[in-house]
Amino acid sequence: MTDTNATTSGGAATQAAPNAGIVHGLYTEGEPLHDTKAPAGPIQDKWSTRKFESGLVNPANRRKLSVIIVGTGLAGGAAAATLGEAGYQVKSFCYQDSPRRAHSIAAQGGINAAKNYKEDGDSTFRLFYDTVKGGDYRSRETNVYRLAEVSTNIIDQCVAQGVPFAREYGGLLDNRSFGGVQVSRTFYARGQTGQQLLIGAYQALERQVAAGTVEMFSRHEMLEVIVADGKARGIIARDLVTGEVETHLADAVVLASGGYGNVFYLSTNAMGSNVTATWRAHRKGAYFANPCYTQIHPTCIPVSGDHQSKLTLMSESLRNDGRIWVPKKAEDCEKDPREIPEEDRDYYLERIYPSFGNLVPRDIASRQAKNVCDEGRGVGPKVGDFRRGVYLDFTDALKRMSAEAVAEKYGNLLDMYQRITGENPYEVPMRIYPAVHYTMGGLWVDYDLQSTIPGLFVAGEANFSDHGANRLGASALMQGLADGYFVLPHTIRDYLAKGPFEKLPDSHPDVVEAKASVDARVQKLLSINGDRSVDSFHKELGNIMWEYCGMERSEEGLLKAIDLIRGLRDEFWRNVKVLGAADTLNQSLEKAGRVADFLELGELMCIDALHRRESCGGHFRAESQTEDGEALRHDDEFAYVAAWEFGGDGSPAVLHKEDLVYEAIEMKQRSYK
Amino acid sequence: MNLTLKIWRQASANARGEMVTYKVSDISPDMSFLEMLDVLNEQLNARGEEPIAFDSDCREGICGMCGLMISGKAHGPEVTTTCQLHMRSFSDGDEITVEPWRADAFPVIKDLVVDRGAFDRIIAAGGFISANTGAAPEAHSVPVPKPKADRAFMAAACIGCGACVAACPNASGMLFMGAKITHLGELPQGQPERDARVVSMVEQHDAEGFGGCTNIGECSAACPKEIPMDVINQLNRDLRHALTRHGD
Ligand SMILES: Cc1cc2nc3c(=O)[nH]c(=O)nc-3n(C[C@H](O)[C@H](O)[C@H](O)COP(=O)(O)OP(=O)(O)OC[C@H]3O[C@@H](n4cnc5c(N)ncnc54)[C@H](O)[C@@H]3O)c2cc1C
Ligand code: SF4
Ligand code: FES
Repeated sequence: MTDTNATTSGGAATQAAPNAGIVHGLYTEGEPLHDTKAPAGPIQDKWSTRKFESGLVNPANRRKLSVIIVGTGLAGGAAAATLGEAGYQVKSFCYQDSPRRAHSIAAQGGINAAKNYKEDGDSTFRLFYDTVKGGDYRSRETNVYRLAEVSTNIIDQCVAQGVPFAREYGGLLDNRSFGGVQVSRTFYARGQTGQQLLIGAYQALERQVAAGTVEMFSRHEMLEVIVADGKARGIIARDLVTGEVETHLADAVVLASGGYGNVFYLSTNAMGSNVTATWRAHRKGAYFANPCYTQIHPTCIPVSGDHQSKLTLMSESLRNDGRIWVPKKAEDCEKDPREIPEEDRDYYLERIYPSFGNLVPRDIASRQAKNVCDEGRGVGPKVGDFRRGVYLDFTDALKRMSAEAVAEKYGNLLDMYQRITGENPYEVPMRIYPAVHYTMGGLWVDYDLQSTIPGLFVAGEANFSDHGANRLGASALMQGLADGYFVLPHTIRDYLAKGPFEKLPDSHPDVVEAKASVDARVQKLLSINGDRSVDSFHKELGNIMWEYCGMERSEEGLLKAIDLIRGLRDEFWRNVKVLGAADTLNQSLEKAGRVADFLELGELMCIDALHRRESCGGHFRAESQTEDGEALRHDDEFAYVAAWEFGGDGSPAVLHKEDLVYEAIEMKQRSYK
Repeated sequence: MNLTLKIWRQASANARGEMVTYKVSDISPDMSFLEMLDVLNEQLNARGEEPIAFDSDCREGICGMCGLMISGKAHGPEVTTTCQLHMRSFSDGDEITVEPWRADAFPVIKDLVVDRGAFDRIIAAGGFISANTGAAPEAHSVPVPKPKADRAFMAAACIGCGACVAACPNASGMLFMGAKITHLGELPQGQPERDARVVSMVEQHDAEGFGGCTNIGECSAACPKEIPMDVINQLNRDLRHALTRHGD
């Protein structure tokens, strides 16, 4: 639904402009990006070459070199443990009370690796190919190949740490197929894969804490990066218990702070997930790549009312046996679904995609659910003017497999559904609806995972590198651990080998400026004392993003969203009400800082979505579809990474394009019909 | 529904705390307990009173960040985490008390927020397998019998929430620790450090001020992940073996 009376105040005028100069009144185009540091040569040799070429640091000197790592999820936790083992001085930060609680813990389904234990034709190359294709040919080939290459080491490492993966009776590891691929390469630990992998990394991290190589700062939030003489040299963090604003200096900084899905307010992310770490770095010179690429997961529990604080994902494995439908007639939508006869049901995925049926990729399943609800055929309670839910029905599976067999396979998921909704899925079809789940965009990094700020590395969901416009199931856990255990330790070493770096005094003007800016912002937030709570702004922003920059985007809607966000941001800085003091635990203050950054990011996401006049992966532009409503890519115009440079407050962002070159595989249009 | 809440307010670690009464109305049974507190906090903020501090993050029962004593029960009346407790478990007119975890080893930071850093220090004392990155053998080189793998997994389900400590009259951390000892002790990879692990973890546990176990079973009854009491037996057995083998 787009509003036909899109306003054009606030500078978001619609006149098209050539690529030079200012486009849409919103951004300008700068120099393209080239260097990705991937060495020349065949794709399968690049990583070995890079490792061989990177500099070495004598063990005796490592103790003198320091690294700050923000984030203790799979990416940050693995990196901190590994760099600690190598003997560097590591400082590790997380906002939770313990590093074990990073949001990686919530991942359910599994982790991919090209072990080919099932002898079903898997290989490094196939995992690489599937990931590039799944990403709709919008990821960088060299990085993805390396990801597939190190995937097997991850499993070895985790098993050695005691991660209790599912096993077969013979004692060997079990695998399943996951997320629309035809081989069984997903390793899992019942529905708790993320938890078990994270506990493995966390234990390795705590071992280094005991060994004295890692110093842990829990309940600390990074609020600024320190860039001195052109290099990242530290962070400003607030101790969330005492409120003290602290300066931490180091020779290199890693951001592994997770994704920014909470810009939508409702998402499957944790309450505290935020963009602050990466956004602050963006404002200091790190380019933000493809911010509009968002993944919306089709099988989440629908919103039950205005009080809703977050959304819960149910593993998409449910789509293997459940059938998705809505009533054919809008007047049936309030009926008990069990009373709607077979001929009045529309199994719309099976109808539109006869060969893939209920197993189409996430973006397609999500968009079709939105379409049938927009037609007025959604089910469940009305939220606003529409019912936002479709049935996920296990009736046939229960007949075919027996209740025990269903419980054995899906019991924990069905119990979770019952706990949250109070409805029994063994009797009544479940209701599901898509929810924001993962953000493929993030800070731009080169082959070394280094951002455009020297010395600032970015890992895990926080970077943009491996998933293009859409991520395959079970690939984010793989990427987090690949970055943390196997990539960063080599590339950071290469950077540190160029040291030793000059010691930075606390009195250095860039350090003083960073600290002063954080202090000033905290004071500003507490002094506004307006009428509206932080949550009310966050919810309103979320609604705008979901409506205009969610599952379907159009030029008209995005222009409108940009105006709305600008207006909301203005109001926030005039009218937000944050109580309490700066020198104590103050959760409203924490939230306020995060929402302030989301209010800036949201605008850039809309600008990115507006400039990309094609549909690809999770980004569906209404103007770019085939005759039967499928996504239409434009490789001739848009086969590039959009890396955005911060233009300054009130000034337009600058777009830098990195052309995507495919040498190892050929670009094709996806088809799931 | 309409409810009366008696909630522990404490401005800081050293301040004196007290129970404060609040009324909330129009609570939907579909709300989670924490969403009900969100609604209350929005009202407090509008009235110019500082919102109540409480911990939560994933709100789906897996991170272990949330945890409240609800009418005297850790995580409330159901076997689940506080964030997965829904208001349909309560009735119109109920009076509910809400307090932080109470244990010497978990000091209150503010209102309902406590410091559970002691758990991290117990893990740092030995709750790991020493396997440096890159040094791992091929994953299939060591098969693990399925029953052992399953039992390790069962114990590894602990989320480190601390409800076991809060529920225990002795404020003992033995269920949490037993879960880790069992997880790592069932696996072949965990054998080389098995003795040293249990000895140093128990030392750390005692140094943190947790109490001893007198087999009451409140811990397991409150555990949202239903970790069974026999992990404590395994811990005691491992400790006995370790001490006799080393003549400590
Ligand atoms: C419900 C759910 C299920 C999923 N299931 C799967 C799955 O089955 N398979 C799969 O491959 N992927 C899955 N994913 C995706 C995957 O879990 C994540 O993408 C991945 O775990 C992210 O890891 P990370 O290390 O990048 O960040 P996170 O684990 O999110 O960690 C972020 C860290 O940064 C810290 N942090 C953030 N901001 C700050 C700050 N300003 N200051 C200090 N610290 C900060 C946090 O404290 C935390 O430690 C799932 C995601 C969700 C939400
Ligand atoms: S044993 Fe149970 S109650 Fe105790 S910390 Fe672990 S999950 Fe929580
Ligand atoms: S908030 Fe994560 S378990 Fe409750």
